[in-house]
Amino acid sequence: MSSERLQVENLHLWRGERHVLKGVSFTLGRGACLQVTGVNGAGKTTLLRTLCGLMYPEEGRVLWDGTDVRADLRAFHTLLAYLGHEPPLKADLTAWENLHYWIGVRRRVEPREFEAVLGRVGAAGCAQRLVRTLSAGQRRRVALAGLALLSVPLWLLDEPTTNLDTDGQQLVADLILEQQGRGGTVIAAVHHALPRAVRDVQHLELAA
Amino acid sequence: MSAPGTPTAEALAAAAAAAPASGAMLATPTPALAAAGLALQRDLTLAFRKRGQLVQPLAFFGMVTLLFPLAISPELARLREVAPGVVWAGALLASLLALEFLFRDDAYDGTLEQYALSGQSLTALMFAKTAAHWLLTGLPLALMAPLAALSLGAPTVSLPGIVASVAVGSVALSLIGSIGAGLTLGIKRSGALLALLTLPLSLPVLIFGARATQLAISGGPLLPPLELLGALAVLGITLAPLAAAAAVRISLE
Repeated sequence: MSSERLQVENLHLWRGERHVLKGVSFTLGRGACLQVTGVNGAGKTTLLRTLCGLMYPEEGRVLWDGTDVRADLRAFHTLLAYLGHEPPLKADLTAWENLHYWIGVRRRVEPREFEAVLGRVGAAGCAQRLVRTLSAGQRRRVALAGLALLSVPLWLLDEPTTNLDTDGQQLVADLILEQQGRGGTVIAAVHHALPRAVRDVQHLELAA
Repeated sequence: MSAPGTPTAEALAAAAAAAPASGAMLATPTPALAAAGLALQRDLTLAFRKRGQLVQPLAFFGMVTLLFPLAISPELARLREVAPGVVWAGALLASLLALEFLFRDDAYDGTLEQYALSGQSLTALMFAKTAAHWLLTGLPLALMAPLAALSLGAPTVSLPGIVASVAVGSVALSLIGSIGAGLTLGIKRSGALLALLTLPLSLPVLIFGARATQLAISGGPLLPPLELLGALAVLGITLAPLAAAAAVRISLE
């Protein structure tokens, strides 16, 4: 078994005529955090979606603990959490219901866990409110609560600090630090650098 | 496909099983049936919060069946002749109306992505969503069909047969529709394309359903066409969720 946890080897991906990922390679160990930067259209979101198996690269492969993730994509999916641009929340459900259905599909969650994690992300008061009545920042906090509940070793985050105030950005840093402390791995696509509190950050810049 | 020398799928599955303990991340995975139950429950909850969307297909069905007596003739004997076709064409089009929403909102807000990455069977989750669609559209249409049939001159004795045929047939319609809804997911204004894809596949259901309704009205042997509708529904349950899941995966890429 490889000492590196996540190995990305020479990923190439085209969207029509556009060569979006041009031979992306990196390796990450336990507790590592990779910050992916690049201008709009450089392929940050595409890279995250390719890593989690939503998009198929024309060349290259992704290895987890030395195993090609394509060998059993469903098993790999149980190990990762992907948070896209928009929080995956239903406007007509309350924050609590959203977490119940979203996270409940993946793992058994006790009601007290929801309360605890919503308190942890500063959204305790949002639990029984319809998501359509929440601000963008509050929605992001609820999504972060979901992320924390998933308890998986690999986090793929697309602009995790979007719409968050200073406290919210510190919260993202704390969550990433906790994930690193558990030996988890984090990859975050960002326009603005991750909060400085996050330690041992590696950088990958994608060219447009 | 893994390259020579790399561990196999079993190794990845073992890594997945070992991950919680190795990373102090303890979580009990949700059983597949419970996960599908949650997906079904979520769709039902959301539908009852947006009742306008729920009522639209039923209102459409009611309008279509009420317009026919005005357009053809108020004479019950003539209406009774066309009743099977009217009921089934109305039910088919009403079911189609609601299909456009089957996956669309979930695709916009990222729910489908989360389903695809949940580690659960996407086929089972798509089946749950289709079951919700039938409970919210097909079943109410079946319960409303007697009213439509009565307004078209069908005898009271035929009503149980009509309910049974629409109930069974609409299961097949929802399942066939789920494939079309998955395939047209990434396309803007996909309503017309969805109809073009779905209607030809729905023709056997329309033919057997109308025949069952006709036999129910005339007092003939209802069972053979009903059994054929049941066979179509079983075929749909077996194949359609697989095809819908594959279509959704392609649309997500």
